[in-house]
Amino acid sequence: MPSRKLSTAFEQGAAPTGAPTRITQGSRTRGGIGESTLRPDGTLKVTGEFAYSSDMWHEDMLWGQILRSTVAHAEIVSIDTGEALATPGVYAVMTYDDLPADVKHYGLEIQDTPVLAHGKVRHHGEPVAIVAADHPETARRAAAKIKVEYRELPVITDEASATAPDAVLVHEGRTDHHFGHVPHPNIVHRQPIVRGDAEQAAKRADFVVKGEYRFGMQDQAFLGPESGLAVPEEDGGVHLYIATQWLHSDLRQIAPVLGLPEDKVRMTLAGVGGAFGGREDLSMQIHACLLALRTGKPVKIVYNRFESFFGHVHRHPAKLYYEHGATKDGKLTHVKCRIVLDGGAYASASPAVVGNASSLGIGPYVVDDVDIEAIALYTNNPPCGAMRGFGAVQACFAYEAQMDKLADAVGMDRVEFRQLNAMSQGTIMPTGQPVDSPAPVAELLRRVKAMPMPPERQWESSEGADVRQLPGGLSNTTHGEGVVRGVGYAVGIKNVGFSEGFDDYSTARVRMEVVAGEPVATVHTAMAEVGQGGVTVHAQIARTELGVARVTIHPADTQVGSAGSTSASRQTYVTGGAVKNACELVREKVLGIGRRKFGSYHPAWASAELLLEGGKVVTDGGEVLADLVDVLEDEAVEVEEEWRHRPTEPFDLRTGQGDGHVQYSFAAHRAVVEVDTELGLVKVIELACAQDVGKALNPLSVVGQIQGGTTQGLGIAVMEEIVVDPRTAKVRNPSFTDYLIPTILDTPVIPVDVLELADDHAPYGLRGIGEAPTLSSTPAVLAAIRNATGLELNRTPVRPEHLTGTA
Amino acid sequence: MRVNLTVNGRPQEADDVWEGESLLYVLRERLGLPGSKNACEQGECGSCTVRLDGVPVCSCLVAAGQAEGREVVTVEGLADFARQRAEGGCASGARGASGGSGPSGTSLDEARARQARGADSHTGEGTELSCIQQAFIDAGAVQCGFCTPGLLVAADEMLERNPNPSDADIREALSGNLCRCTGYEKIMDAVRLAAARQSEGV
Repeated sequence: MPSRKLSTAFEQGAAPTGAPTRITQGSRTRGGIGESTLRPDGTLKVTGEFAYSSDMWHEDMLWGQILRSTVAHAEIVSIDTGEALATPGVYAVMTYDDLPADVKHYGLEIQDTPVLAHGKVRHHGEPVAIVAADHPETARRAAAKIKVEYRELPVITDEASATAPDAVLVHEGRTDHHFGHVPHPNIVHRQPIVRGDAEQAAKRADFVVKGEYRFGMQDQAFLGPESGLAVPEEDGGVHLYIATQWLHSDLRQIAPVLGLPEDKVRMTLAGVGGAFGGREDLSMQIHACLLALRTGKPVKIVYNRFESFFGHVHRHPAKLYYEHGATKDGKLTHVKCRIVLDGGAYASASPAVVGNASSLGIGPYVVDDVDIEAIALYTNNPPCGAMRGFGAVQACFAYEAQMDKLADAVGMDRVEFRQLNAMSQGTIMPTGQPVDSPAPVAELLRRVKAMPMPPERQWESSEGADVRQLPGGLSNTTHGEGVVRGVGYAVGIKNVGFSEGFDDYSTARVRMEVVAGEPVATVHTAMAEVGQGGVTVHAQIARTELGVARVTIHPADTQVGSAGSTSASRQTYVTGGAVKNACELVREKVLGIGRRKFGSYHPAWASAELLLEGGKVVTDGGEVLADLVDVLEDEAVEVEEEWRHRPTEPFDLRTGQGDGHVQYSFAAHRAVVEVDTELGLVKVIELACAQDVGKALNPLSVVGQIQGGTTQGLGIAVMEEIVVDPRTAKVRNPSFTDYLIPTILDTPVIPVDVLELADDHAPYGLRGIGEAPTLSSTPAVLAAIRNATGLELNRTPVRPEHLTGTA
Repeated sequence: MRVNLTVNGRPQEADDVWEGESLLYVLRERLGLPGSKNACEQGECGSCTVRLDGVPVCSCLVAAGQAEGREVVTVEGLADFARQRAEGGCASGARGASGGSGPSGTSLDEARARQARGADSHTGEGTELSCIQQAFIDAGAVQCGFCTPGLLVAADEMLERNPNPSDADIREALSGNLCRCTGYEKIMDAVRLAAARQSEGV
């Protein structure tokens, strides 16, 4: 076995200058930012004590079950719940007619999703009725006894069927704010981005390459299925313990459907078993609350994996049409592209995904003349919405394939061609927005290329071939014969934070007091910890800013203001920024108390820059002025404050111009694969990544995010796809037996090179990191497979039949 | 029906068990041991891995009745189980095994420097952990943590059999446990770290 050191390098750039919030606190307090402190929930998670949403239990609790449609598009002729209701152990059966309030729909941006189907179902697996019973099996069997008669309608499954002149409308009578500018009612949103004159520029091109690409439907496949517990309260309200990405967004959608004011719907974050975008929309939240309020008993709903595949939105499958041109010296002349995203039956996050796909559609390159169009369709396929990378993933797969093709046409090295056209700080995006922080695209490519290559023929050992190292693994399909190695590169650009003028704020409440003779900070936010390590970082920020050793992270709930969504790589930036800001305000108040009490004893209280470090008030020269215990005594200092990053603006609906994004994030990958060309089996040998993170607040967690994101990109490259029957729009593989995600055997070594070039606009100079590695991973693997096989491969995921010519 | 079994060294009795219930359901919903997780209910993800008479199994695929009279170890009992194994001298196996620390992403010194000690009461400070549990925390192998209980039981069992595993051995042994967060690299680090610590007798 070749031994391997963890090849994780960190390199820091210039210190941030002119940051909006000054960095005054030093690093003399242990466990502050920049250290790889460990998760505060780690011990609970390794002992089985950590309470996930599916672990919630309440005395006298009932189990909820959802009946879902067995067809994709149909009128509901009748629903008969009689037999289900008569089943012993069943407490309630509810359909659309039982909904208590005037509001019966919900949605992130467009409220087009019925809580329970009304007269019609629009996709396979749409909720039709809900049941509460005293045992989950009783609930399941009762739900199966509900008789639903459907009259099937033709299914809309792609652009052609959606925009045909006589197409059935997925949603009749649309009134949403996108309806006015879309060319067809079966198009959710359309965003063109036009800059310069692509037609004119194309005439300067010595080489033009065109391509048509297909991107499959990916599932978030978080391991903890949708679940939660709704407990009715004495005041007529309800308390929901839930796994979600954004408590306050859920609350805003839940309360009106229950007919309750928001203050009667209390929400507490239960343990979240991963999210990746799949918990941005509601799943069982309203259903559990409805049943709890109807029965007067606590109701728990836990999806199994089959239901989970129907219970949340997926990543948009896409068709992408690209034309790139370059001069003979390798400079890009123009890009034209059209990106068609399948949004499925309900809008979910489709409009914002369109905004991302279009505005990031040409990748991290300098191109003055572009003509981009992105649309999302309404179809009868499963609804699609947020997933890690959010529109930028599909585009990156296509434009990076194009960049390889064009480099080959020009006759340049593929990496050098990218570096020649790479954007940098100061580049103008296709939206007209200048990139005003470091954009080390060429440097990331250089770094990832400079990493040592994994040795050839690693399967060879003194005892013969170790089949575990070969494509096919223990299936023992080759001992090296027919195996060809390939190498591929890719780089991507992702936006950080919510874009297009969204008021993307976070709230933090920070309290400082003396507990058991020691100063303690408590950080209370509504941030959904979904595994990313936000709780670790909040404690680090509080230690750095307040100079205390002990920090308590209060459970996330709706008793504090919104922290926004745990998505868009935004939480460390935005809620981290809010925690930093609240800590600074607490610090000022504490120093104010100190000045009142002790100011007359030492002139430094009035004059010097004062810091909180090691539980003490010190001057910037290090002189100790007072102990925090003596400053605070029995006083508690508490601040709750909203914090905002700089505002963004919407994209113009005709030209796509506008300063729409907050920050950009960049990663580059090099994939090394070995392909058994006879059987079409691929083994990814190594997937190296270089990423700029601005500032690594917790280096261990940063690397973990990059490796995890990289692996999800690997999944979409070679295995993951929800297969939808094009004739019936029904999902064919809703299980972990048939929908494959990478195991530890499928996942290669992932060396990570982390660059830290500060973004002066962001707290501590940090850059959102969670999504960028998911972008470039997929096209790097595809490029490596193309390199090994010589095949064009215009769709992802690549399956064996695409490599053997038997598709 | 009634099911009698021994869980984490304690005799347990579950009443009113429906014949179709799995061992996982009985552990989670009847015996108050929700540490074993249910992520697929068809033996694909390994989140529900427990030891049944010493053998790692997906408890979602074991009918509760099949556990009658047998011994089960779950993640909740892993620390005790590992301690008793070490005290019994029966094969933490690590001791006396090869002295080399093996290929290791996180070096022992690095890991010692950040050995987990909860700083707050709600983090489980003072909890006794097994070597593999400690290594998962120290190496950063836990993100959302939903796969963690199953991986810990599986990894602990592998180290019991094979105290000095190669990377290929680790991957093979853990190939039945899905993780969606980490990309497995830090899980590899954690298992190498646990193996190295055990062989050093740390």
